[in-house]
Amino acid sequence: MSGYLESQLIILCLSIIYAYGIFLPAASGQLNLGAAGFITLGAYASGWFNLSDGAGLSMPLSILLAMLFTGAISFMIAFPIQRTRGVYMVLATFAFAEVVSGLTINMEFLGAAAGMPVDDHAPVTTLVIATIAVVLFCFYLMSTRLGLALRSIHDDESVSILFGVNVRLAKVAAFTVGGMLMGLGGALYGHHYNYIEAQAFNVLLSIYILLYVLLGGTQTAWGPLVGAIFFAVVPELIRNLAIEIGSTWLADSRFIFFGAFIVMMMVVRPEGVVTRAMQDRLGSRFSSGRRKNSGDEE
Amino acid sequence: MLLLQQLINGLMLGGLYVMVAVAFTLIIGMLNFLNFTIPALFMLAAVMMWATMTSNLPFGNETLTEIFGEANLWIGGIIVAIVIVSLASLIIERFTYRYMKAKYGDATEHALPLVSSLGFLIMFEHMVISGYGSDALTVVSPFGNATFEIGSLLFSYPQVISLILSLGIVFMLHYIIRRTKLGRALRSIAERPETATLMGVDVLRIVPIVYVITGLLCAIAGILFTINYTTVDAYIGDTVATVAIAGMVLGGLGSVWGAVIGGLMVGILEVLSIYIVGADFVKVPIWGLLLIILIFKPTGLFGHSAIGKGKF
Repeated sequence: MSGYLESQLIILCLSIIYAYGIFLPAASGQLNLGAAGFITLGAYASGWFNLSDGAGLSMPLSILLAMLFTGAISFMIAFPIQRTRGVYMVLATFAFAEVVSGLTINMEFLGAAAGMPVDDHAPVTTLVIATIAVVLFCFYLMSTRLGLALRSIHDDESVSILFGVNVRLAKVAAFTVGGMLMGLGGALYGHHYNYIEAQAFNVLLSIYILLYVLLGGTQTAWGPLVGAIFFAVVPELIRNLAIEIGSTWLADSRFIFFGAFIVMMMVVRPEGVVTRAMQDRLGSRFSSGRRKNSGDEE
Repeated sequence: MLLLQQLINGLMLGGLYVMVAVAFTLIIGMLNFLNFTIPALFMLAAVMMWATMTSNLPFGNETLTEIFGEANLWIGGIIVAIVIVSLASLIIERFTYRYMKAKYGDATEHALPLVSSLGFLIMFEHMVISGYGSDALTVVSPFGNATFEIGSLLFSYPQVISLILSLGIVFMLHYIIRRTKLGRALRSIAERPETATLMGVDVLRIVPIVYVITGLLCAIAGILFTINYTTVDAYIGDTVATVAIAGMVLGGLGSVWGAVIGGLMVGILEVLSIYIVGADFVKVPIWGLLLIILIFKPTGLFGHSAIGKGKF
């Protein structure tokens, strides 16, 4: 594989992992605009656990511990976050990410503003395997009773309560598992690039990840996958096309069209690309393989 | 005395945040959505101001120089920034509000104006990046170092003027909302758009006005930012204007006077934390305060409990 393709594949893998981390709470109607915060936590935690000056643990163990650490933090803030909803929740998660970034940049033992080197290297295959595992896990999770509960909360919270769904538990669980996944993504980021700095995880990253999920659609587990692939592939495709034509201006300004495209998408398909209705339609037309066929939509 | 000087600087910075926070709060109060194009419009106005003052506009540089002369290009900058931002606001209104009207019965799906506004944010930022690059753009202030002293406290004229201007604009806005026919229509839409329509309010004509008002607020804030701080870049929307969100929440969503006090407080808090702890630390007090307020008193200081509670 060429270096260029490989670097694109890595970005794609990380995007998919992040997107599922935001998708799980979004599947229950919680909008999390704080992805950067959780990713920072995961990246720095794993880096520190792995660092010989830090805890000096092996890479798999430090990634696992980083996931647990991020999960624990998500669990702790999930309860106060449950007090907020709608615009307030978007703002609260956004503020959380800013606080995390503000704190890490001031911690001397984490390298402060200069960033932190990470010892062990995670090769591309590790990333790909982890991504596949995350995708399969999320598909499984959405097919369990918890997934059903999340979807019902997403559609109507009061009715879910009436039907005996433990709404609070389901929401906190979704938020926590989502946080763990983003922690995993952050840890893999750190171990792959072997260097992390808090400035890399900024507001725009949070915005992009939330957009992957909302554009892909929050109704089915296909949404974040489609959204992330779309976001990773389309700008690069535009860039390559522009270079073929020989227009460097177009190559540089591809994100303008991309922004316009997002706006137009909201007009044409406001529920996201993949909806439950679409999945069912495709499923009934090709009754044998629902998943396989809606996968072709990508 | 140095502390007092810092407080004054904070107040001046707060004056800019006030306008952006009022813009945020108007949209949230009236239309119940968090408009992320506001940081983009702020940035666009600031960059347009810079581009006109340094003759870097895509076209029309010579004409503007002919009309206003080298020395007074800043007047042209104000006009260009206001015109462009107003037009942009109208375009944004089409794609965020109009389609919000069509309702999709599902919680996150109502995030769609949020998503479109994020799309606009990306679009405007990259327009500026592709035109002027992502580095800092500097301009020479047309007013030089015009300052005056009271006692040993230093005031700069542009900053004092911008603070007075922002408070004046808020007073005017308050008058419009409380006393005029337009204001009554706005308040009725904020209450309930359907009922407003039944009562004869032409919602689809009033809403663009709200967008233009918020656009103007952002434009003035952006223009004053360029004049006062003389350095802009494509990311000031994310880094500067989002701080105003904290001010808005502090004051309470939907409350104009809350946004004023919140904006000023955030400005002071920012300057003081830079002065006491250091520039790197500034995010923690501001966003930490916001987080605490959201969790323990989501209505802020003067907020309405009804706003922002519902789905998107």
